[in-house]
Amino acid sequence: MLCNICKQKRATLHFTKIVGEKVHKIDLCEDCAKKQGLADGSIDVTDFLLGLDVSQPSDEPEVEELKCPVCGYTLSHLKKSGRLGCPECYNTFADMLEGILKSMHKGVRHVGKIPNAQHSGKTVAEKIRKLQEELEHAVAIEDFERAAVLRDEIKRIRVKLNESEDKKL
Amino acid sequence: MNLLDFLTPSPEIAKREGPDDTIVISSRVRLARNLKNISFPGWATKQDRIRAMDLMRPAVENLPQMKDGFSTIMDELSPLDKQLLIERHLISREHAVKSAGSAVVMSKGEIFSIMINEEDHLRMQALLPGFQLESAFNKIDEVDTLLEKQLDYAFSSKLGYLTACPTNVGTGIRVSAMLHLPGIVLAEQINQIIQAVNKLGLAVRGLYGEGTDALGNFFQVSNQQTLGEEELQILERLQKVVAQIVEHESNARTLLLEKQKTAVLNHIGRAYGILANAYSMSSKEAMNLLSLFRLGIDYGFFPNTIRALSDELFLICQPAHLQKLYPNTNEPEERDIVRADIIRERLKDIKGPITK
Repeated sequence: MLCNICKQKRATLHFTKIVGEKVHKIDLCEDCAKKQGLADGSIDVTDFLLGLDVSQPSDEPEVEELKCPVCGYTLSHLKKSGRLGCPECYNTFADMLEGILKSMHKGVRHVGKIPNAQHSGKTVAEKIRKLQEELEHAVAIEDFERAAVLRDEIKRIRVKLNESEDKKL
Repeated sequence: MNLLDFLTPSPEIAKREGPDDTIVISSRVRLARNLKNISFPGWATKQDRIRAMDLMRPAVENLPQMKDGFSTIMDELSPLDKQLLIERHLISREHAVKSAGSAVVMSKGEIFSIMINEEDHLRMQALLPGFQLESAFNKIDEVDTLLEKQLDYAFSSKLGYLTACPTNVGTGIRVSAMLHLPGIVLAEQINQIIQAVNKLGLAVRGLYGEGTDALGNFFQVSNQQTLGEEELQILERLQKVVAQIVEHESNARTLLLEKQKTAVLNHIGRAYGILANAYSMSSKEAMNLLSLFRLGIDYGFFPNTIRALSDELFLICQPAHLQKLYPNTNEPEERDIVRADIIRERLKDIKGPITK
């Protein structure tokens, strides 16, 4: 699949935008993503998605085999062994895993122990960063309902943060 | 240090006691954990596995629980030592075939064992005698909490602890109890029990875990689901089910004695007869006969004989234990003869089963 902006290079970065109930996908090559300030994380991805409008409705079929961008594990590896290559594979193969996990376990959401580092000393900034990570993940697995909730939650926290800073002044 | 010098001697292991230990041999809780940003051991390159091991091993070795413990990379263990650790339930069969980049760290007294780069980066277990699942859980949970301060775990707020196999994702916990169920087997109720337990989403396995036979009427019951349920709920469910199986087993034993006393005495008497008189015995046969001997001791058919005797024989009759004690027994046939000799010798002052 080609980059939506330059329409020349192969798109390696994929973003999804939700407007109301409509879903738009945008696929960028690394260079164009960099030009948009997306590849190095200097821009808030959420803001980018909320503002940019070069996307097109997505109905392109997947041609290439799904492959984990971090470790290179492929869908056929997963199908063959039933195991994953690295922690990131849970995001990469989220669609496929959803059904497997549902049939295997009591639920599809973790309840139980959380490592201390994950919930202690949470500043507002960290919380927003964490929510953004979750948002990206939700978008990646096309859980748009949750993505919308997270998007609103981030907005709400931002508004609150601004309010409290206004009060200080 | 020699592995055998480190391990608790078999007679001492056999003497360990715990709640309901006539039926519940041991309680175990294991947790699966992985490091962020490093591939799971089965997919990682050798360098990555070694890098991960070098990160984890010092943290594990420095745990207060591992004081005076034993730490070794798997390459340095002989096949015999690996088999010995399997028989002690300190490593898995899967871990025994691992080489470069894998390690195991065990605590003195063998309560804790932590496998590094098994299927997951970390597989940590607490193993206690008798029925004390909760205590085993608390112990390993403490270890995990200490380790997470030093190691950056792969964790997702949605899916919990991320593991190589989706069957372990979430809590990464496996709670299991090793049960001795000769009464239920003799009463021919074992298949019903296994089916009922399976229906509750729990697994029943043999003596050495996944895919092994139920030698010597030993069965391991454990949870299979790890996601969508809290650790304590999983633990409680296991405790309830194990308590029910314990009750079934005691009822079966009582009923057998009431209704089929002759048949029970016949089974136990014949087992005793072979154990006390044979000149060659495979480990499988020994397990199955010792199981009946143990039942006879529990029934009080062998006055002045304590269960530690049968339990010690169980341990030392396993191939690697035997070969460690008697180094000149490399061939199974040689071990069968030595095994029979040991059992005959230990049973020579014990008379056949009697009832009042």
